[in-house]
Parts: sequence; structure tokens; C-alpha cells
Amino acid sequence: MSEQIIEMNEVNKWFDDFHVLKDINLTVAPKQKIVVCGPSGSGKSTLIRCINRLEVHQKGKIVVDGIELSEDTKNIEQIRAEVGMVFQQFNLFPHLSILDNCTLAPIWVKKTPKKKAEELALRELEKVQIQDQAKKFPGQLSGGQQQRAAIARALCMRPKIMLFDEPTSALDPEMIKEVLDAMVNLAKAGMTMIVVTHEMGFAKEVADEVIFMDEGMIVERANTKEFFANPKSDRTKVFLSQIL
Amino acid sequence: MMNKLNFLKPDRKNLNTYLYSGSFLFFIAIFDVFLSSFFKINITSFLPNLVSFLLPLILGILGLHLIRIEFSGIKNLDLLNKNINTNNFNATLTLIIIFAIIKSIAPVTSWFFIDANIAGDTKEACTGSGACWTYIKIWLRRFIYGMYPNELQWRINISFILLIALAFVGYFPSEKLRKFLTLYYVAIYPIIAFILIYYLISGGTFGLVWVETGAWGGLSLTFIVSFFCLIFCFPVGMFLALGRRSQLPTVRYISVGFIEFWRGVPLITVLFMSSVMFPMFLPEDFFMDKLVRVIIAISLFEAAYVAEVIRGGLQALPRGQYDAAKSLGMGYWKMHIFVILPQALKLVIPGIANTFLALVKDTPLIFVVGLLELVGMLNLAKTNPEWLGFAMEGYVFAAIIFWIICYAMSKYSYNLELKYKTDR
Repeated sequence: MSEQIIEMNEVNKWFDDFHVLKDINLTVAPKQKIVVCGPSGSGKSTLIRCINRLEVHQKGKIVVDGIELSEDTKNIEQIRAEVGMVFQQFNLFPHLSILDNCTLAPIWVKKTPKKKAEELALRELEKVQIQDQAKKFPGQLSGGQQQRAAIARALCMRPKIMLFDEPTSALDPEMIKEVLDAMVNLAKAGMTMIVVTHEMGFAKEVADEVIFMDEGMIVERANTKEFFANPKSDRTKVFLSQIL
Repeated sequence: MMNKLNFLKPDRKNLNTYLYSGSFLFFIAIFDVFLSSFFKINITSFLPNLVSFLLPLILGILGLHLIRIEFSGIKNLDLLNKNINTNNFNATLTLIIIFAIIKSIAPVTSWFFIDANIAGDTKEACTGSGACWTYIKIWLRRFIYGMYPNELQWRINISFILLIALAFVGYFPSEKLRKFLTLYYVAIYPIIAFILIYYLISGGTFGLVWVETGAWGGLSLTFIVSFFCLIFCFPVGMFLALGRRSQLPTVRYISVGFIEFWRGVPLITVLFMSSVMFPMFLPEDFFMDKLVRVIIAISLFEAAYVAEVIRGGLQALPRGQYDAAKSLGMGYWKMHIFVILPQALKLVIPGIANTFLALVKDTPLIFVVGLLELVGMLNLAKTNPEWLGFAMEGYVFAAIIFWIICYAMSKYSYNLELKYKTDR
């Protein structure tokens, strides 16, 4: 199964006594878009944070782009450079301008020359339509603009996979659309994406498959149409009836 | 038609009447204190003693009561009433503070200036009842240069001027050189400073006479010790702070142990140990100058404090900053150099400034190893049989010098805070 870009095999994780992830098996093919949903505390965020090892799993095997995640630091930095991540709280670097936020990692991690990194950053900022904010600092931008800047920052590393951890949950309702639009465009451009979100409209529009998680387990995985039209598990039905 | 005057409750009607009578009483009160303080005239001496003593206070309270008019429409009066004259209790406190200031101005100015002496070269020139600045004047060289030979003091002057000039290099860099500024201040500048002080002030080579560190002293030694301790304790403290938060148990325990050890012992003990115990552990033929030992001891001591201050800043950063940096593929050092430390250090500028001020004011303690900086020289001068009895002048002088140094530092730190202020 070498064509899979992410493979998770019997992954288990505990926070002290709390069993967050229970025997997770997940494969993702290149260019696949997957939406992960489920009630809060079900382990969705932990699952995607395991993919770039922001959380360490205790049992099982995770292979990302042919490299197995282990204690080896060099591996991890290499994988993280290939896996972009967008957070609920944006997590832009407040002491750097938007442009510097976007060029920092390409310059120091990928050793891109400064000029080239800046060109690339401006191009990515243009794609999310905030190129005119490049010289400003994160604190001067609205939530929606900050989140789009965060997407651009992740894309500047030219990642193969993008992880989104509830990217619209901290936003005011009128700003959600601009961020989702940016994500839809990215999906159409053919990026491999794993998105944790409650935005079911977004899931219906772009996702190939939807995963429903509850209590640390993947309860159901189905292609999008099937998932919404014909959920198999009772828990999925209850969840969907609550949020739709 | 005349409005009825109610002196118990001043209001906007008859504003001028209240205002004029109130201010009149208030100024009478101030004037009375002023006369008695500066000219020793008591205009109320016809009254019984106690009444005469309390009269300015009573008049002042009455005056302030009369001008306490709500919404008078006069901006400054409203401001005054709001801030220092809200009720009789506040008015009393305000008056007492004003009187205390007036009362103290007279003796202080006369001690400092009017009755003070600065002429002459000997103790006998000081005839007035005020300060004897002659003492400071005669001893000034010693206070600044310690026992450093008079004819060689140009070496100290030149190296200090050079060091100050080199410190300003950061103000005129071209775009190209700007990225080396941090490196310059963290590494190159201290090395240049050390070389300058080693070759120019200490001497011994290039035809310069060697001056042993025991002869150094006074204000210049204060500067040298503070300067090197500040430069060394900061990076050491930074590494200790990082070490204390490290994932590696060995690094963490060593850092914690180091910090807790140095924070737990008094500085004076550390200095004693540096001069008495430390050499015992060294090989027979190994010699380390006591100034160097003292600088190392103070630096390590203060580094423990700096470490804890910086750790506070590290802990104040949200975890998301670490996550974001890691998710971009940055390793430990890149993450800390570009993302974490710039933010954390900015947060702790006030705390660092605090520690640095304390360090400068701790330097007089080096007298325990026989090094006499400014305060040490003062203590030496005050016991000189020719100049007995002028301790006061000396301590006032030292207080002023230390205050100027510390105030400049605190102003500078405040500027830094403003310069690097960013909103989250």
C-alpha cells in the first residue's frame, strides 16, 4: 500500500489514565480530502496532532509519506516540514509581520533565499487575498484575516499534506466564510487535506470521505454522500441530527 | 438679587465668592508656613502656641473646603478637586504633604548649597554648618579611579570613551550589517571590552606599566564589575531558564540544582567563598585574579535570578506558539531563537531591569574581598585621620551617583519596552 500518504495502524494514546485514541486505523491517499467530525472530547484533535507528532502516540505505527514517526528527531522535523497545520487559535507569531511569519520557516528550515521566500509568501498571501496586509502585524488583523494568513504561512512550506484543527471555531460568524473559501480553493487545487470541523456545509462541498469519531474510536468512515444520506451507526445518526 | 451664601456647602451659585475666599485662606496658610520655614518669622506669634502651630492647617482645610465646588465648570479646578481635594481627609493629607515639602526645602538647600563649602584644600576650609564639598572635591580622583596611579588614569578614560563609542555602533548600521547586530552585542562587543580593559587598563604589555587589580577602584571599578556581570549573567541565565524547562532530565536537574543553590546563598557568602575557598580547589601554580573571580561569582549568582525571571516569560507564552513553530518544521533551537525567546524576553524586560538594578547596587559588597569600588573608597576616605567626620557628604554623593546610574538604566529599559511593544 505504498500509494497511501498517511497510514495509521492500531494507534493508541493515553493522557495519563485517559485513553484518548483507541486502536485507530486510518489510511489517506494523496489528494484525498477527509473531514473528521464528532462530539468534543472524542479525540479528533489528538488524532490529527499525532500525524505531525505534536502529540506522541504510545502504541501502534504511523507512517507519513513513507517515513515512520519515531523518537528520531531528524525524521520528525522532516515530516513536519512536509505537513502543514492550521490551528483553531491561528497561532501566528505576534512579534513578526505577516510577511515575516510566512518567510521565517522557508528561510531557516528549508534554506530558501530570502528574496525567493518573500516572492513565494506574497504569492500565497495573494491566493488568500491578504497580500495588502503583508507588512502589518498579526494583532492588527481581524480573526478571519489572521486565519487566512496562518493558512498562507503553512502553504509557504510547500507541504504535501494540510491538517486543519477546527480552523473556524474561534471566528466570528461573518468571518467563517472567507476562511472556508480559502480552504475550498486549496482543496480544488488538489491538496491532501484532513480537516477537523463542525462545518458540515464545507464537508459536503469538498470532502471525499467523512470520518465520525466518538470516545477515541473511529465509529464510521464513509464517502461524503453516503455519510450524510445513509449513516450506518446510531451514534452517527444522533450526532448528525444534533448539528444539522 | 444676591444669592444666599452657605459656607458649609459651596456650590456653583456665588462661584467667585467661594473661589476667592477659599484661595485667599489657602494662600495665607501656605504663606505662613513659607515665612516660618525660610525666614523664621511667625506671623501668628500673638496666638497661643498650639493654635499658632495648627493655624496654617486649619486655614488650609477651610480654604480647600470652600473651593471644593462640584462641577464648577473650570477645568483645572475640577481636576484639582477630583484628584487631591475630594474630601476633608484628602485635603488634610494634601496640606500636610505641601507643608512637609516647604519645610524641608529650606534645611536641604542650606545644607547642600547655602551653608556648604567647596573652596580650599583642607578640612579647615569647611567652616559653614552645611556640607563640606571640599572633601568630595579633594577625594574625587580616588572616588573615580581608586588607587590607580594618577599619571596613568588616561588609560581608564580612553578605554571607557572607546567602550561607550562602540556601544553606539548599533545606531548606524547599514541594512546589510543589521543582521549581525545581535551577534555584535552578544559576542563581539564583550570580547572587545575585555581586550580593552585587559591591555589598556591592566597593562603589562605594549610598554604600558602593569597596574594590579587591587589598585583599581572607585566608580570606574563599579562600572567594570557591573558591566561584565550584566553581560555574562544574561546569557547564562537564559540557558539556565531553557535548561530548567528542558525535556532532558539531566539538563533539567542540573539547571534546577544550580539555580536553587545560588539563590539560596547570600551574595556576601559567595564573594567570601570566591576569595577564600575557591583558590583551595585550584592547582598550586594556577592563579586567577581576584577581580576575575569576583566577576564570575557575581555573574553566576545573578544568573540564577535572571533565569527565574526569564522562565516566567517562557511560561507566559501560550502553548500554541510552540505548536505553530514545531508544525513548521523548526527544531528546538530555531524555535527558541526565532519564536519563543524574542517574545519571552520582551515580556520580562521589567523583571530583567529589576535584577540588573539590584546587581549594580550589590557591587559595593565586593569590599569583602578587598576590592574598593565607589562606596568602598568612601569608607576608606572617611576613616582618613585628616578628613574625619564627613561620612554624610560621602554617602550623599554615592547615593546621587547610584541614583543617576539606576535611573538611567530604568529609563532605558522603559524605552526598550515601548520599542518592542506589539499587541497580540
